[in-house]
Amino acid sequence: MEITVNINGTDHTADVEPRKLLVDHIRTDARLTGTHIGCDTTSCGVCTVLVDGKPVKSCTMLAVQADGRNVTTVEGLKSADGLHPIQQAFSDEHGLQCGFCTPAMMLVGAALIDENPNPSDDEIRWAISGNLCRCTGYMNIVKSIQAAAAVASNGAAGADA
Amino acid sequence: MTDTTTTSPEIGGIGHSVKRAEDARLIEGQGNFVDDIAMPGMLYMALVRSPVAHARINSINTEAAAAVDGVVAVVTGELMDAHGLAWMPTLSGDTQAVLATDKVRYQGQEVAAVVATDPYIATDAAELVDVDYEMLDAITTPQQSLADGAELIRNEKEGQTDNLAYTWETGDAAATEAAFANADRVVSLTTHYPRSHPSPLETCGIVADVNSVTGQATLYMTSQAPHAHRTLFALVAGLPEQNIRIVSPDIGGGFGNKVPIYPGYVVATAASLLIGQPVKWVETRTGNLISTGFGRDYYMTGELALSNDGRIQAMRVDMLSDQGAFYADAQPTRYKAGLFHVCTGSYDFGNAHIKCRGAFTNKAPGGVAYRCSFRITEASFLIERLMQTAADELGIDPAELRMRNFIQPEQFPYETPTGFVYDSGDYPTALRKALDAAGYDELRAEQAASREQGKLMGIGIAHFTEAVGAGPAHTYDIAGLKMIDSAELRVHPTGKAVLKIGVKTQGQGHETTFAQIVAEETGIPASDIKVIHGDTDDTPYGLGTYASRSTPVGGAATAMVARKIADKARHIAAHLLEAAPEDIERDADKFFVAGSPDQSVSIQDAAFAAYTNLPEGMEYGLEDVTYYNPPNLTFPYGSYVVVVDVDPDTGVWKVRRMVALDDCGVRINPMIVEGQIHGGLTEGFAMSSMQWITFDDDGNCIGSNFMDYLIPTAWETPRFELLETVTPSPHHPIGAKGIGESATVGSPAAFVNAVVDAVAHLGVRNIDMPVLPDRVWEAIETANT
Ligand code: FES
Ligand code: FES
Repeated sequence: MEITVNINGTDHTADVEPRKLLVDHIRTDARLTGTHIGCDTTSCGVCTVLVDGKPVKSCTMLAVQADGRNVTTVEGLKSADGLHPIQQAFSDEHGLQCGFCTPAMMLVGAALIDENPNPSDDEIRWAISGNLCRCTGYMNIVKSIQAAAAVASNGAAGADA
Repeated sequence: MTDTTTTSPEIGGIGHSVKRAEDARLIEGQGNFVDDIAMPGMLYMALVRSPVAHARINSINTEAAAAVDGVVAVVTGELMDAHGLAWMPTLSGDTQAVLATDKVRYQGQEVAAVVATDPYIATDAAELVDVDYEMLDAITTPQQSLADGAELIRNEKEGQTDNLAYTWETGDAAATEAAFANADRVVSLTTHYPRSHPSPLETCGIVADVNSVTGQATLYMTSQAPHAHRTLFALVAGLPEQNIRIVSPDIGGGFGNKVPIYPGYVVATAASLLIGQPVKWVETRTGNLISTGFGRDYYMTGELALSNDGRIQAMRVDMLSDQGAFYADAQPTRYKAGLFHVCTGSYDFGNAHIKCRGAFTNKAPGGVAYRCSFRITEASFLIERLMQTAADELGIDPAELRMRNFIQPEQFPYETPTGFVYDSGDYPTALRKALDAAGYDELRAEQAASREQGKLMGIGIAHFTEAVGAGPAHTYDIAGLKMIDSAELRVHPTGKAVLKIGVKTQGQGHETTFAQIVAEETGIPASDIKVIHGDTDDTPYGLGTYASRSTPVGGAATAMVARKIADKARHIAAHLLEAAPEDIERDADKFFVAGSPDQSVSIQDAAFAAYTNLPEGMEYGLEDVTYYNPPNLTFPYGSYVVVVDVDPDTGVWKVRRMVALDDCGVRINPMIVEGQIHGGLTEGFAMSSMQWITFDDDGNCIGSNFMDYLIPTAWETPRFELLETVTPSPHHPIGAKGIGESATVGSPAAFVNAVVDAVAHLGVRNIDMPVLPDRVWEAIETANT
């Protein structure tokens, strides 16, 4: 089947098998390997991307289901202005170690902040509870998302003023 | 926080929380993990695994699989055997089947492999490989395995007439017996440290690229020990070692899981050699959980002989380990049960005797030190659980009991009854500090009051001593390879440097901390130093990263090579300053003549002169290499206090507080150290509360995926409060001890002690891990009836 998925602002057209998982389409057809695979049962969350702005485990969705939709992967976080605040915050707050869960964690964090600019510790922990991390014990991931939220709300306040 | 810095933040030497060099690529999705590698003509391999735990193989029919469009080859044990590769040596001197030829001995064992042009095709075709199995009885516990009449699992092994994998004994049996015979009190505890799995989020994988003309094999592999793996590949496959290049790129977590060599690596390499194209194999999660290196699975009975006032006189341990189908532990050759005999912990007493046996079962092989130094986790758990039991039995407060028995600061270096020489420590101060931070006395008062109201709260203590940094060449080797490590430092004319190390990061931040060590020793800013690791063609030899050995061994090598460079730079500076080398002093990044610091030569000036303007007779360049053989292990330690609330009706327990004091000697990068502790505590919590791999009576692995094998999410994971003391290691060049694993080693006992403490007044003395709510509930019910 021919599909066109807009990934990070660019249309990717490919002829894919109907059974092909979105994560494989992203990794092998679009060659965007920042989206990872960590399980066979849609449990680990390292494949999470944003589909039309909402976090989705891309191993749980078929590529054909993404036809005509907008997908954001970690490679799409950075803009012309530089790193996304969530990227900066993960580095500043030591929110990553091996970095395997990190792209997904950052995307979930960014989506959360979009919806809830001032999330509590519990709200963050709940939001990322579909994403496993084996290295960090989550403490610094929570801190990173809080720090990014603080930047986002300061930035917004600045823009309003 | 203790300030140990001597350099400016710009130089970023020891003690600075320098931001990590590795982050830039990882936060932009530009990491390079094995599965990210793509090569022209690359083929994909899928493994056929045994669905049953124990069976004879009557036949393997590969016809249907081979006929699938896109399938290039189907590899069986027979084909491997024709090349002498059906079996391979394990890290502990046993042999392991690469692809089964005679029998399958555990569920998930590798039986065949399909290589195809597309991973979906390879997986589909693997389903079509038809294996005729003749079922045998599955043996799923070591007790069954050693019982009379048990089916022989290792019937292929010459001289093997039973299912015993090893026996091993250490300590003074007679003196220990005598101490027990004369003791006022004997306290005992029988417990099982259950089988667990490290399951890093990235599974194992390889891209094997063997050039069939030149014989050059480039293997991109998820390897915690690339150099050791290169040598083992050379020995297994008979390939000339200079033609093997192992590249361990970014690794998505290891925790011991990526120390052994697995059949998938060997088969993919053989397939690439036979076919002449690169072959990629990336394990499924189920494959990872059911076939690769597990952790623990020790059945332990420990006893303490004590005086009435709670002084320990001796310790006796009987341990039975479940090894799975092959004895494939990753640990020093001479220690059959790793460092399990560090089980005397942090306490001063005269005698110990430890008896260990290991049994083959129909389970996956490859006992790895899961985020620990060679089985010290089990040892530490046992003594700290025994301390709780003794406290409860003797009616002495568990903190007080520890204080009475601690090795005192002035006793270091301290030789334990099993022959380890602890380097340094101040245990009473550490425990006092942790207790004070937790508000221990108030917690005990609250506990007494809440018991009156029928509420259950518990306070758990663990004070562990770890033994890391293997190790001195006289004692430690793996498969004969001495456990030394290395560092090579090159300073370029502009004063920028490249450091190449034999150890390998899997997330611990070597690219940052190792640069900081060089910055400290030379004054070259950490940000000017590139750290290269993981590529055997481009780094000096080393045994790899596990057992918290990177900083103790590789870090020491780095400090030593940097000192050589600094010394040569000092000689060059003397030449530039027209002074005698012995009159030259160094302050961070500058050299000057003693007494006149205003005229100085920077390290960068000296580097430039190394290629342009040298004193007579000196060799050009500014580079060197060091192989470091540590004089001893290092012994980090910690005091942990956990507070839990237990629901008496359901057995559900929640962590209210977790106070963790760690002393890992000098902290190179405090931010990274704390990150390591957070991660380690989480895995300790995981093992104590939910994480275990079980099997049904037929040997089917329960816990073969992340829906059945539970890993804590952010929601369940407690918040941690960290404290520190700093007691440098006297024999390590920079006084560091290693921290990657302390928290995993020390914390499980603290969590379990807390839950047991909550119900100890009911008479409960033990609840096995994982401390599941139903086990707690049952313990309460049993105690109440
Ligand atoms: S790969 Fe694990 S949830 Fe998608
Ligand atoms: S940083 Fe390694 S899994 Fe999260």
